[in-house]
Amino acid sequence: MIEVKDIRFTYPNGVEALKHVSLRIKNGEFAAIMGENGAGKTTLVKHFNGLLKPTSGSVLVDGVDTRKVSVATQARKVGFVFQNPDHQLFSETVEEEIAFALKNFGFKETVTKRRVTWALNLLGLAQYRKTSPFMLSGGERKRVALASVLAWNPKILILDEPTIGQDYQQKEKLRQFILQMKAQRKTIIIVTHDVEFVAECNPRVLLMREGRIVADGEARKVLTNPQVLTQASIVPPQIAQIFIHLSDLELPKDIIDVYEARQTLLNVLERQVK
Amino acid sequence: MSVFDGLRFRRVYSPIHNLDPRIKFVYVCAIFVAAIIFWELLPLIILFLVQVPFVVLAGVKREWVRSMRGAAFLATIIFLTNFVFSFIGAGYTVTASNVEYALAMTLRFVVLIESFSVFFLTTSPDHLGLALEQTRIPYEFCFAFTTAVRFVPVLAEEAQTIMDAQKARGLELERGNFLKRIRNYIPILIPLIVSAIRRSLELAEAMESRAWGATKNRTNLYMLKMHRGDFVLIAITIGILVTAFYIRLFFGIPSLNELLGSLF
Repeated sequence: MIEVKDIRFTYPNGVEALKHVSLRIKNGEFAAIMGENGAGKTTLVKHFNGLLKPTSGSVLVDGVDTRKVSVATQARKVGFVFQNPDHQLFSETVEEEIAFALKNFGFKETVTKRRVTWALNLLGLAQYRKTSPFMLSGGERKRVALASVLAWNPKILILDEPTIGQDYQQKEKLRQFILQMKAQRKTIIIVTHDVEFVAECNPRVLLMREGRIVADGEARKVLTNPQVLTQASIVPPQIAQIFIHLSDLELPKDIIDVYEARQTLLNVLERQVK
Repeated sequence: MSVFDGLRFRRVYSPIHNLDPRIKFVYVCAIFVAAIIFWELLPLIILFLVQVPFVVLAGVKREWVRSMRGAAFLATIIFLTNFVFSFIGAGYTVTASNVEYALAMTLRFVVLIESFSVFFLTTSPDHLGLALEQTRIPYEFCFAFTTAVRFVPVLAEEAQTIMDAQKARGLELERGNFLKRIRNYIPILIPLIVSAIRRSLELAEAMESRAWGATKNRTNLYMLKMHRGDFVLIAITIGILVTAFYIRLFFGIPSLNELLGSLF
């Protein structure tokens, strides 16, 4: 469980990125943090694995204060996949890249091998095992970065902008994968601008604006509330927009799922036919 | 990293900021020469103090003090090395002239840092580029220079992000013996170099698509012109150089110890 207790964070250059943020993310929860650029999303999640320490207030992960342990210790529990894979890839082969963290955490060689193979297969990278990560395309590099974190099977997984540069098929795979992790009771936190992706996953949504959390709740509630969305400069998902425009039909407004929308509209049509 | 803080430009206006960078550079070189030709403590103290009015006039006291503090570590090393060697040379005795010599060598280094720091704190990279151009250096070189200067903070920020990303994968920079610690930096350096190369290629493409180098004779919106302040600085520079050489050639410089002894 992640407990954030009234934290503030000021960067050395004097910018106050977080202003009195409090929240609690339970084990097995799937949360999406959204908001405009510079709202403090990445700054907030960097507190979860101790890369940043709060200026005031405290962050507890499973009851342990992040100020008391090193990032490396915390990282074993909290996996963090950075936005830009080029900020972490350095090995000669994809295989070594994925094994890097496992070596840092002191996994045995046989275990390392098994886990590397598992992560490669999971993200469809098995054919690139011996390829240099620098030879891969942008989307593939992103998957290598993801695999290199998944390999040590962290309890909490943070993904910063996971959908950028991924085609529909890869996004769908990512969604399936997140749902699978969720079924295994892992905590997943994504930072994203991709409203449609969030609408399809239907997680808990935290909206941020100027260093504060302005909305917190189910995606179907938050993403269909025009007031908070404009505050956080987010456009509602397309399904929600249709339902907002069709307000004359007296439809429910909190629908973001395609199948649910189809069912609701069909019901209305049937009623009119009768 | 705080040494570099003293070299980072901030856009403010002051009589010093408005001076022609070429003249400022000549001034820095003059101070450089003057600091090199003296190895006595007294003139170096004077050289150190001469620059204080510039710092005050430019209003960069805080940044300047920070860069001086950053230089303190190196200065201590210089002092200790000089002191230890003159201590051994003098037959394992501590004399006043020993200490004074070591202090003078340290102060010489401080004076060099001080003048460079004042130069970089008060000269915008754009002005520097303009100055290079107007000294008839080919534009390609000027551009390369100003671009390099401009990308230093970007690179520093990127290095920080890379460190964060690798720490999040369990890398501990401070672990192991000396050699291991150096090896710990490989996962930081490789992504940094790769992305710098990638960025430079992208920059080259972006520049070419915006017709870089299409015209042979470039014109500038701003031109550097000499003002009254610049002539004053030239006079000061010449004054310092002439005085320094005159004193060096025709006077014996008393050590601080002797001077204090003759006064009391």
